[in-house]
Amino acid sequence: MPRPHRRRFLVTLAALGLLPRAGVRPAGAAENDLAPIIAKITSGKALQPGRVRIETPLLADNGHSVPVRLTVESPMSAADHVSTISLLSDRNPRPVIATYHLGPRAGRARIATRVRLNGTQRIWAIARMSDGSCWSGHADIVVTESACLDGS
Amino acid sequence: MLPRSLRHACALACLFVWTCTQIGPVFAADAERPSPLRSGIEFTSADVRSLQDDDFQNPGMLWVTRGEELWRVAAGKSGKSCADCHQRAETSMKGVAARYPVYDAAAGDVVNLEGRINLCRTHRQAAKPLVYESENMLALTTYVAHQSRGARVEGAVPTELRASFERGRERYRKRIGQMDLACTHCHQQNWGRTLLAQTISQGHGNAYPAYRLEWQSLGSLQRRLRACYFGVRAEMPPYQSPELLDLEVYLAWRGRGLTIETPGVRR
Amino acid sequence: MVARVQVPGNAKRGEIIDIRIAIQHKMETGFRFDLFGKPIPKNVVNEVVCRYNGAEIFRAELGSGIAANPYMQFSTIAEASGEIVFDWVDDAGERGTERASITVSA
Ligand code: HEC
Ligand code: HEC
Repeated sequence: MPRPHRRRFLVTLAALGLLPRAGVRPAGAAENDLAPIIAKITSGKALQPGRVRIETPLLADNGHSVPVRLTVESPMSAADHVSTISLLSDRNPRPVIATYHLGPRAGRARIATRVRLNGTQRIWAIARMSDGSCWSGHADIVVTESACLDGS
Repeated sequence: MLPRSLRHACALACLFVWTCTQIGPVFAADAERPSPLRSGIEFTSADVRSLQDDDFQNPGMLWVTRGEELWRVAAGKSGKSCADCHQRAETSMKGVAARYPVYDAAAGDVVNLEGRINLCRTHRQAAKPLVYESENMLALTTYVAHQSRGARVEGAVPTELRASFERGRERYRKRIGQMDLACTHCHQQNWGRTLLAQTISQGHGNAYPAYRLEWQSLGSLQRRLRACYFGVRAEMPPYQSPELLDLEVYLAWRGRGLTIETPGVRR
Repeated sequence: MVARVQVPGNAKRGEIIDIRIAIQHKMETGFRFDLFGKPIPKNVVNEVVCRYNGAEIFRAELGSGIAANPYMQFSTIAEASGEIVFDWVDDAGERGTERASITVSA
């Protein structure tokens, strides 16, 4: 079916400045100060970047349910394994999303879940190893907002 | 959680739709049914699609599990459960949802799946009807409809349904609400277009009851329809009102041939 | 509280297996209001523990940042035949449990 008006329609929208980024918050500044929370997790030890990977869509189309997968590089042996993974949000009203306790019986350090994100932000995963060292990874997620209120 | 930005987004949405309608008769031919016929799932993101396709992760399956439990629970003065009369839902309820809504001679009215379940509650179990959109009603409806997953919507319009069908069809084209829009403006003339981050689908009912991320829950087709009324700032008809039932009849016809997805997942 | 768990029915000893759980729960944030404008109190499943033949293999502390109807996937090494049991509790003190059995061959 030819849609002769589609172009004009899009041009109109573009002229109104509505097309790009519409409905998407610009990557805002962090609202949560995660430092004290991280200090508690690491017991004050240095937090090293690396070994932790967060997989999530770059663009989440609904902040109520965003898939997240956490993977930590570790042999997961009795002597050398991940003890906890904490998932933190830099914009949610409660910054600690979850804390997972695992051990050598996990075989591998990989956890998948779905989270709520209060807008575009950076999330952090902090892994604490059996030797007490702490590692971190992060991911930036753009959260689009609903097009319409739903009062149903 | 984000009232201000939501309001902002909504204003944009209104502007979008207003623009749509002001450009003029967008398409000359307002065909009765969209062509090609496409389920709403095709307009969703990869994440929503994979959520629907994974029978474990699909949150709607929790309502199926709950419905399966309720199926075996005796209720009312009859002391009978659904299973006592209908045995295994996998066989007795297979394909049933594909035929609904139907005309029920005894009730002398149009009956959707929820209505049928309540007729069994009151007439066969001598139990209180379930409240529309209550967790138990949703669970039983989802469980029953799930037995038709993969079946095609029949959407037949026998003579007894004709009047309801015609009212539904008219309703579908009637402008409503402060935004002065009809269903057809969005789902017939503008499907496939992006409304901010959301793509407007053809507006079919083949996924319902469905889990919506926006609701953070499962809901009936009528809840979805009410959300569309709300979206155009029209008064929401009550659950099981003739208005919504007529629309359900029309939607079944309009979407006939689509595959039932219950429990679908939608944004 | 309805829940579903997924554990492979059979596995080889030493194999890493995936375990999944989904719990029907609103995960009420405490930031929402009811129709009368009254705040709805926070109520989330705050802890989920998984035990394999009695020994804890995984524990999660959850907050309101977890999506409604919480879903989780993690892994464990198949060691012996037996039962994998989940226990959880929400802020209102309501508890739930769900189990699955596994047969482990050499
Ligand atoms: C005492 C027996 C009895 C019980 C208990 C009962 N039903 Fe029924 N049900 C029937 C009969 C008989 C019909 C045939 C249609 C009619 O009502 O005229 C029927 C029809 C139906 C249909 C429509 C089938 C179709 O092909 O259109 C559905 C759906 C249904 N029942 C669901 C349920 C559910 C869900 C429950 C439990 C809440 C239940 N029934 C409990 C006897 C029963
Ligand atoms: C302003 C545009 C608009 C109007 C007018 C509108 N809807 Fe919708 N409708 C939407 C949007 C947006 C969605 C969600 C995305 C989608 O599936 O299209 C939706 C979803 C639906 C769905 C669910 C589709 C699915 O697969 O999940 C149905 C059914 C539906 N609408 C029916 C109707 C009916 C019936 C009317 C008239 C009473 C109507 N809509 C009016 C915008 C509209």
